[in-house]
Amino acid sequence: MKPPPFRYHDPRTLAETVTLLGTLENAKLLAGGQSLMPMLNMRFVLPDHLIDLNKVAGLAHVEAEGRTVRIGAMTRQRDLERSALLAAKLPIIPAALAHVGHLQTRNRGTIGGSLSHLDPSAELVTVCAALDATVTVAGPGGTRAIPFSEFPLGYMTPATGLDEIVTEIVFEAWPAGHGFGFAEYARRHGDFAIVSAAALLAFRDDGRIGRAALVLGGLEPVPTRLSAIEAALAGETPSEELFAELCRPCAELEAMGDALVPASYRRHLAPVMARRALARAAGIAAAAIH
Amino acid sequence: MQGSERRAISVSVNGSRHDREVEVRLTLADFLRHAVELTGTHVGCEHGVCGACTVLVDGLAVRSCLMLAVQADGREVATIEGLAPGEDALHPLQQAFKDHHGLQCGFCTPGILATLVEYLAENPEPSEAELKVALSGNICRCTGYRDIIAAALDAAARLREARA
Ligand SMILES: Cc1cc2nc3c(=O)[nH]c(=O)nc-3n(C[C@H](O)[C@H](O)[C@H](O)COP(=O)(O)OP(=O)(O)OC[C@H]3O[C@@H](n4cnc5c(N)ncnc54)[C@H](O)[C@@H]3O)c2cc1C
Ligand code: FES
Ligand code: FES
Repeated sequence: MKPPPFRYHDPRTLAETVTLLGTLENAKLLAGGQSLMPMLNMRFVLPDHLIDLNKVAGLAHVEAEGRTVRIGAMTRQRDLERSALLAAKLPIIPAALAHVGHLQTRNRGTIGGSLSHLDPSAELVTVCAALDATVTVAGPGGTRAIPFSEFPLGYMTPATGLDEIVTEIVFEAWPAGHGFGFAEYARRHGDFAIVSAAALLAFRDDGRIGRAALVLGGLEPVPTRLSAIEAALAGETPSEELFAELCRPCAELEAMGDALVPASYRRHLAPVMARRALARAAGIAAAAIH
Repeated sequence: MQGSERRAISVSVNGSRHDREVEVRLTLADFLRHAVELTGTHVGCEHGVCGACTVLVDGLAVRSCLMLAVQADGREVATIEGLAPGEDALHPLQQAFKDHHGLQCGFCTPGILATLVEYLAENPEPSEAELKVALSGNICRCTGYRDIIAAALDAAARLREARA
């Protein structure tokens, strides 16, 4: 298995990259290569041009200003996993990355690549949905910001235009001491999740839940936001019983089925992962108070 | 299609420089095996799943089947051939794998050792459970993994001793 022939471009600036992408016919962007290279080796994709983002300046960083955190699209998953800044501000990202592939794939794989590939089971997709991230893309017309709720258009189809590049993902951090939980079921460690759940909880001073975010991944082609449960959690005292009761209806959600995992099994996992993620989040938020 | 584009690259492999002109579509794994003629880097699945092709690029363990040779231009690559300190001596990882029967056919071994070089440098005292996670991206069809984990635990201890 060898990649098909292509022309290789390794631009150094974003402006050059945008021009190349806008002018070349049938071009593909190459980020960490952890999804695209397998597809090239297996000849599932046959681009005439490969535009390598690895030498483009200014695309790899983790920065914070107040509660706003900016992550460059080409930041390696491994660097995010080890970032002290993320551990402090967006700890659910490193928690989820522990489930993404393996040491070797995280050393190359990027956040921008994972979001652009948009596998329904990709952990970073689920987490970006829970965090209400904003995706910044650059194209011939300049840059635009896409709220994550509008980013996945359908199965493996991001809202990024064909002539656009994801440059940055922007987050508003939850308050210090918030609870976060990531739970997933995969057959082996490092496999894509069959179903995953990301939960965030902020407690009020009286110990009740102030704000909640809960998203399932892998169930449907795009992340499943559990808005009704989020609303029902607000004002409640957290407990395992509450989480179990509120998550039970997830077993009735729409779910994908495939040759290995029938829809019924994904539906079975949905409430289990949702309540586990909430329980983890509640445990962490409670520990932060004491 | 416009034929095969070629590029001149210069890659350091185990400390010696290799200047070659390669097809831009050549993977790093095939560059190492066919151009540099170091066949210790094994190619199993060629889509990132088996870990046999793992090498160190600038000290980081990566799948060489998922990198292009042109992307290694100007970089330091370390393969299994460069691990032993000399002709007659084995690296502590190699010795531990030999002592514990951490390999049978040896197809997976170069990738496992490359992974452990990076992992143990950062985590000198891993638990058995942590090692299993660290090696989850390396498939072995012979050993059943038990002896691999035993060898890795022992290698970690030997490396700690060597460092102390
Ligand atoms: C063995 C193995 C196990 C894995 N397990 C998991 C797992 O458990 N969970 C998981 O989420 N992922 C997993 N992955 C995939 C991995 O996380 C990839 O890193 C990720 O899917 C793609 O990121 P990349 O940077 O490698 O992108 P690439 O493979 O380089 O690109 C992927 C796609 O995104 C496009 N693209 C990349 N960057 C941009 C950009 N900035 N703007 C616009 N388009 C862009 C490319 O054109 C391409 O179509 C695994 C991969 C392997 C090989
Ligand atoms: S040959 Fe590279 S991971 Fe299998
Ligand atoms: S020893 Fe044969 S594959 Fe591992």
